[in-house]
Amino acid sequence: MNFPLLSSLIILPTIGAIFILFGRSSTNYNSAKYISLFITFTNFVLSLYLWYTFDKTNSDFQFVEERIWLEGFINYKVGIDGISILFIILTTFITFLCVISVNSTVQNRLKDFLLAILFMETMMIGVFCSLDLVIFYLFFEAGLIPMFLIIGIWGGQRRVYSAFKFFLYTLLGSVLMLVAIISIYWMTGTTDVIELYQIGIDPRYQNLLWLAFFSSFAVKTPMWPVHTWLPDAHVEAPTVGSVLLAAILLKMAGYGFIRFSVGLFPIASEYFVPLVFGLSLIAILYTSFVALMQEDMKKLIAYSSVAHMGFVTMGIFTMTSQGIEGSIFQMISHGIISAALFLCVGVVYERMHTREINKYGGIISVMPRYAVVFMVFTLGALGLPGTTGFIGEFLILLGTFKVNFLVATIASIGVILGAAYMLWLYRRVVFGEIKNPEVNKLTDLNRSEMLILSTLAFVSILFGFYPDPLISTTSASVEGLIELFTTNIKIYTASNL
Amino acid sequence: MEKLIIFLPLLAAIISGFFGKIVGNKPSQLITSLFVSISALLSIYVFYNVTIFDYSNNIVIAKWITSGDLDVNWSIKIDQLSAIMLVVVTLVSAIVHVYSIGYMSHDPHQPRFMSYLSLFTFAMLVLVTSDNFLQLFFGWEGVGLCSYFLIGFWFKKSTANAAAIKAFLVNRVGDFGFALGIFLVFYIFGTVNYEDVFNQVTIYKDDNLKFLGLEFNVINLICFLLFIGAMGKSAQIFLHTWLPDAMEGPTPVSALIHAATMVTAGVFLVVRCSPIYEFSPLILNFITVIGMFTALFAASVALVQNDIKKIIAYSTCSQLGYMFFATGVGAYNVAMFHLFTHAFFKALLFLGAGSVIHSFNDEQDINKMGGVFKHLPYTYTLMIIGTLALTGFPFLSGFYSKDLIIEFAYLKGNTVGFYACSIGIFTAVLTSIYSWRLIFKTFHGEYNNQTQSISSMHESPAVMLAPLIILAFGSILAGFVFKDLFMGYGSFSNFWEGSIFFLEPLTKEHPPAYIIYLTPILVTISIPFSYYIFLKNKSFIEGIVNSNKPIYLFLKNKWYFDELYEVLFVRSSKFLGKYFWKKIDGLVIDRFGPDGLSSLFKYFSIKAIKFQSGFIYQYAFVMLIGFSLILTIIIVK
Repeated sequence: MNFPLLSSLIILPTIGAIFILFGRSSTNYNSAKYISLFITFTNFVLSLYLWYTFDKTNSDFQFVEERIWLEGFINYKVGIDGISILFIILTTFITFLCVISVNSTVQNRLKDFLLAILFMETMMIGVFCSLDLVIFYLFFEAGLIPMFLIIGIWGGQRRVYSAFKFFLYTLLGSVLMLVAIISIYWMTGTTDVIELYQIGIDPRYQNLLWLAFFSSFAVKTPMWPVHTWLPDAHVEAPTVGSVLLAAILLKMAGYGFIRFSVGLFPIASEYFVPLVFGLSLIAILYTSFVALMQEDMKKLIAYSSVAHMGFVTMGIFTMTSQGIEGSIFQMISHGIISAALFLCVGVVYERMHTREINKYGGIISVMPRYAVVFMVFTLGALGLPGTTGFIGEFLILLGTFKVNFLVATIASIGVILGAAYMLWLYRRVVFGEIKNPEVNKLTDLNRSEMLILSTLAFVSILFGFYPDPLISTTSASVEGLIELFTTNIKIYTASNL
Repeated sequence: MEKLIIFLPLLAAIISGFFGKIVGNKPSQLITSLFVSISALLSIYVFYNVTIFDYSNNIVIAKWITSGDLDVNWSIKIDQLSAIMLVVVTLVSAIVHVYSIGYMSHDPHQPRFMSYLSLFTFAMLVLVTSDNFLQLFFGWEGVGLCSYFLIGFWFKKSTANAAAIKAFLVNRVGDFGFALGIFLVFYIFGTVNYEDVFNQVTIYKDDNLKFLGLEFNVINLICFLLFIGAMGKSAQIFLHTWLPDAMEGPTPVSALIHAATMVTAGVFLVVRCSPIYEFSPLILNFITVIGMFTALFAASVALVQNDIKKIIAYSTCSQLGYMFFATGVGAYNVAMFHLFTHAFFKALLFLGAGSVIHSFNDEQDINKMGGVFKHLPYTYTLMIIGTLALTGFPFLSGFYSKDLIIEFAYLKGNTVGFYACSIGIFTAVLTSIYSWRLIFKTFHGEYNNQTQSISSMHESPAVMLAPLIILAFGSILAGFVFKDLFMGYGSFSNFWEGSIFFLEPLTKEHPPAYIIYLTPILVTISIPFSYYIFLKNKSFIEGIVNSNKPIYLFLKNKWYFDELYEVLFVRSSKFLGKYFWKKIDGLVIDRFGPDGLSSLFKYFSIKAIKFQSGFIYQYAFVMLIGFSLILTIIIVK
C-alpha cells in the first residue's frame, strides 16, 4: 500500500476545518458550508473506495500504516479489518448527511458548528482504525470535546447540566482505561494492538484490566446503570448533535468491546460473561419499560437506543459468529435508523419548537410524506423483517440462544416491548385527529429533508433484504477473532488442569 | 411463472402506493385488481399442474442471510400445500380487490387502500411459498404489518388505531414464541430449511433439553413454541383478543385478512410442520384442547354479540378452532379442507355483511336492522348461502369439511378425541344458532333503524355483488368437488405424499352412523328453533337472559379477557415504566451518581472555602494543633 488512504481519511476533515477557520469570510457562511460538504463527500467516496479495494476474505489487518512518534514507546499505527471498515463508512456517510442537514437546524455560529463536526469526524475515523492503544485513547477522548461543545453551545435550556453530566460520566470511565493502558505498557513493553494479540496478556491481570476498559466502554455504550447521561444529552443536543451521538459516538464503545475487551482479554471476557449478560438484559427490559412512559420524543428514542445497545453488548459476548456479526450489523443498523429517527424528530421540532408528544397528533393529514418515512424508521426500530433492524436483532438472539436459552428468551421479550413503545409513539404523533391548531400550520418535508431521509430509508430497507454485502465483509475477521478467543481459552484451561 | 404470481401483487402495491396520486384513483384500482387477478389465474394453473401432473418446484431467488453456519435463501416452494394456499390467497384477494372498488368508492384514500391490499397479498404469498422458517417468519410479520395498516386504515379513528396496535402487539407475543421456536430449530438441527429439518427429525426425536432446571423433549418444545406463534396469528384462545377488535378496519379487509387468509396462517404452519408434529403426541393433544376450547368459547361469545362484524369475527375464531383440533387429531388434510371451504363461505359472509353495512350507511348493530330482506334480495340470498355453508347444512361445502373434522376426532379413539368430538358437535349447534340469529335479526322481523327510512334501502352495486356470486358458487360446490382431492379418495390417494407427513396412515374407517347423521340433523333443527326464539317468541330468550344475568354478562363481555389483560399487562407495564424512570433513574442512579458526586464536591469546596478565612490567628491556631498532633504521635511511638 503506497498511498496512505487511512491517514488521508483521518486528516482530511481537519484540513477542511483549518480552511474554514482561516477562511477570510467570517460573515459568509456559504463558503464554510461548501467546504465541509466537499470534504465530507470526498471522505465518503474515499471510504467507499476503501471498501471496494478491501479484501473480504482476509482476516488480517489491511492498509496498515506505521510511523514512529515517540521512539520505542508510541507509534502512530493505523489499519483496518472487516470489523472496523463498516464503522468508517458509517461515520463518513452519517457525517456527510449531517453536513447537508446542518443549515436548517443551527441558526447561529454555523462556522464553528461545522468546525466541530469536521473535527469530530477526524476523531471518530481515528478511533475505528487505530492499532495502537495510546493513539486509540487519544482519538477516543478527543472525540468527546467537540460533542461536549455541541451540546454546551448549541443545546437547549438545560444544556450546561447535560454537557456536564455527559462529560463527568464519560471522563470518569476513561480515566480508568488510561491507567489500564499504562499498566499494559509496563507489563508487555508495547501498546501495539497486533503485537498484543500475539503476545497475549497475563491471565492473572486480565480481570482487572478488563474491568478498567469495561468501565469506559460501558459508560459510552451506555449500559445500565450508567445510562442516565444519554437521555439528557440527547434532549439538550441540537438535532445534528443527537444524530452524531446516537449514530457514531455510541458505536465507539461497541467497537471497543469487540476489538479490545474480547481481543485483548479473552479469559477475562469469558469470566465476565454473566455480568455483561445481566446488565444487557436489564438494559433491554428496563429501558424499554422506561421508553414506554416517555412524554418527550427525543427521550423516548434515547431510551430505545439504550435498549438496542443492550442487544449489541449481549451479542458480542456470546462469542459466536452470529452473535458478533449480528452485533456489528445491529450497530450499523442502529446508526442508520436512530440517526433517521432523530432527524425525524428534528424536522417537526424545527416547525413546532416542542418535543412533547402530546402536542402532536394527526400530523399525517398535513405531512403525508413525513408519515411514510417516519413509519419506515419506526418499523426498522421495532425490528420488522425486511429492515436492517431485524437482521441485527435476529442474529444476536440466534447467537445468544446457542449459548444461553434463558438469556435469549428474556431478551426476546424486549422485542415485544420495542414494538409497543415505537408504535405507541407513532400513533400519538402521526395518527388521530388534529387537536393542536399549531399542527395545521405544519408543512411537509422540503427537498433536502426528503433527500436525506429517503436515502436513509432506502439503505435500511436495501440491507434488510440483502444484508450479504455487510455480513460477508465482517465474517472473515469475526471468524479470526473467535479463533483467537477460543485458542486463548483452550491454552488457559489446559495450563490450569 | 411462479415469480409472476408472487411479484405481480408487489408491483401493483408499489404502483398504487407510491404513484397513486399520479395515476389516479380508478387506474390504481384497475391495476391492482388486474395484477392480482392475473396472479390468481396463474395460481389456478399451477394448482392444476400440481394436482394433475404432480408438479413441484423449489426456486431459489437470492441469498438472504449468511452468517456462520446459518444460510437462508429467498425462495419459492411449490408443492401441494403451497399450491392450495396460492389458490385460496390469490383468488379471495382478487375477489376482495374488485369488491373494494365498489365498497371504498367514497373514501378519499383509495390508492393507499388498494396498495395495502396488494402488499398484503404479496406478504401472504411469500409466507406460503417459503422453503424455510425464516422466510416464513418474514411473511408472517409482513402480513401482520399489512393487517396493522389496514385495521388502522381510518387513522383518525382512535378506536381503529388502538385496535391496530393491539393486533400487532398480540401477534408479537405469538411471534415471540415463534422466534424462539426458530432459534431452537436452528440450535438442534443447524439449519432452518424445511427439508433439512424434516429429514433429521427422527435423529433427534428422543433428545432432551434442560431449561430452567426442567428437562424437555426437544421435539415437544419446538412444537410448543411454534404453536404459540400459530395461536397468535390464528387468534386462538388467550391470544384471540385482537381479532374482534380488528373489525375496526374496512370490511373487505376483514374478509380477506381476518377470515380467509392471514388468520389461517397458523393452521398452515402446523400442517407444514406435520413431519415434526407427528413426533409430538403431547403437543398434538395440547393443540386439540386449545382448538376445541377456542371453538366453544368463541361460539358462546358470538351468541350474544350485537355487532354484525364481531359476530362473524367470533365465528371465524371458532372455525379456526375446528381447524386446529383437526390438526391435533392428526387429520392435517381435513384441516386444510376446512381452511379451503371456510375461505369461501366466510369471505362471502363478511362481504355480504359489508354489503348490508353499506346499505345501512355504516350501521353495524343488528338491533338497528331488520325486515329488509325484500329490499336487499341479492345480499339476502347470498348471506343465506354463506350461513348454510358455514353451519354445515347438508351438501354445502361446510358440511363436508366440518363433519369430517368431527368424524376424525371420534376416530382418533382416545379421550381427547372423544371430548373434541362432542364439543365439536355442540359447537356446531351453537354456530347454527348464532348464525341464524344474525340472519333473522338483520333481515327479518321489524325494521328498527331510526336514522333512515326503509324505502331508502338500496341494493349494493354490481361491482360488489359479482364477487359475492363467485364466492357463493365456491361455498356451495367447494366441498363436494374437492372432497376426493383433500381426502385422498380414488385417484388422489397419493396427493398429500409430498407435503404432509402421516406417521400412521389415515384411517379409512367410518364412525358409527349416529355420529355421521347427528350433526346435520341438529344443525337443520336449529333453523326453525332459532326462528322461533329470535323472531316468534322473543320473550322466551329475554326470560333466559334475565334469569341468568351473570352468565349473560360473562358472555357479553367476552369472558372478561380484555379487562384481565388490561390489568395484567398494560397497566403493570405502564407502572413499571414510570417506576423505573422516576424512582430508579431519577431518585437512585442520578441522585447518588452524577448529581450526588457534584454536590459532594460542592459541599467540600464550600468547606474548603470557609477554611481560607484570611485571619492569621486562625491559621496559627490550626498550625498549633497540627504541631501538637505530630508531637503526640512521635512521643507515643
